Amino acid sequence: MNNPVTTAAPVGRLIQEFHKLPGIGPKSAQRLTYYLLRAPVEEARSLAQAILDMKERVVLCSICQNVTDSDPCLICRRGDRDGGQICVVEEPLDILALERTGEYKGRYHVLHGVISPLSGIGPEALKVKELLARLRDGLVREVIMATNPNLEGEATAMYLQRLIAPLGIKVTRLARGLPVGGDLEYADEMTLARALQGRQEV
Amino acid sequence: MLRGILLGEADRILTLYSPWRGKVRAVARGVRRPTSRLGGHVEPLIHGSYLLARGQELDVVTQGETIHSFPRLRDDLGSIGGGLYAAELIYHSTSEGVENYPLFRLLLDTLMRLDGEGSVELALRYFELHLLGHLGYRPQLGRCVACQGALPPTVNFFTASGGGVLCPSCHPPESSVRRLSLNALKTLRFFQEKDWAQASRLKVSPPLMAEIKGALREFILYHLERELKSTLFMDLVGGHGSAASGATVLRPAHGR
Ligand SMILES: [Zn+2]
Ligand SMILES: [Zn+2]
Repeated sequence: MNNPVTTAAPVGRLIQEFHKLPGIGPKSAQRLTYYLLRAPVEEARSLAQAILDMKERVVLCSICQNVTDSDPCLICRRGDRDGGQICVVEEPLDILALERTGEYKGRYHVLHGVISPLSGIGPEALKVKELLARLRDGLVREVIMATNPNLEGEATAMYLQRLIAPLGIKVTRLARGLPVGGDLEYADEMTLARALQGRQEV
Repeated sequence: MLRGILLGEADRILTLYSPWRGKVRAVARGVRRPTSRLGGHVEPLIHGSYLLARGQELDVVTQGETIHSFPRLRDDLGSIGGGLYAAELIYHSTSEGVENYPLFRLLLDTLMRLDGEGSVELALRYFELHLLGHLGYRPQLGRCVACQGALPPTVNFFTASGGGVLCPSCHPPESSVRRLSLNALKTLRFFQEKDWAQASRLKVSPPLMAEIKGALREFILYHLERELKSTLFMDLVGGHGSAASGATVLRPAHGR
């Protein structure tokens, strides 16, 4: 990225810091920087403090590995959540999505990634050991695989299923089918085949 | 489709291997959203038909349709590992825009084989040997690579740097060149000369398969000059439903 020599050094540095963030290109990095340059100093200080607080105060829940500012996290502490069900997700954001449905009353486990053969990411880089440790107390009846419905997500689910099945615990997978608002004509054959397999009486 | 790398919020940069343009990179926009029309068509190990529009830096995928999704391959960890390994080999051994139709055909046939009933290992050895041939590194198995003499029916030696098999008299006694049993040599020759219909009927014992696998992997790594990441996954999941019980597989693999 080329910053003109006329740019003050601290400005150039902030542009570069923004540019390192995912999804932020050079243009967006410049726009954010110049926005903050003109904004009141309180706004800049509040942003900086929010970033620091997040890094310093947020830890991983020792039970479900979700990000939290109190350990165990809120969901793991609540008595009305069913400890017999664990829903396995790739990222903390997936929990937010599932919680928005209000349909699920069990607990979660965050893997913090997926097995990615082409990136050389194996189970040892994920929170798999921690998941297996949670299954040893004999209280868990069902593990729900909620990894993404793509090749890596499916492979991760299959791999975990292979590890968990010998423990005598039921392993289920989120149903895969047609997206709401999607168009049958554009569905790929895998999605259609699975939507047919998972059809329900109306 | 060989692989997809995340780009920004919902886009992916795809690497495709095509019959007439060889390796092609293109960006697919919005494919991580569930309602994307492209989503399911641009997964790794999909044989599809794609329409690309010229972009500034990268071509943009404007339409995509699955021709074959290899559903049985996708239901088996060993086959997924094999398919991704084949894709990774093609990815690293080819350059963008260089046509190699036989290589495209070999990849497609290999995915079909992994989608079938047969042995994953057999399909992969056949793939490796013919991949080397299509890339111009065909191992010389008929005669000694040094003296060009006939190979005696005994243990010979397999050299990646020499490009094939060394007879015992050309092989320096103190060197660490890999030994190649007579059975392994015969099997490799059979794979190299016969078509898949014949090769697939071959019964190869596990120790013999391991020997051939080791020899071919050494040969491939020598020419590729890099380690392949998918081999870790293949080692992890083993063949069909074999291996892998809890504790042993959780150890970090070579500190990666
Ligand atoms: Zn928790
Ligand atoms: Zn010789």
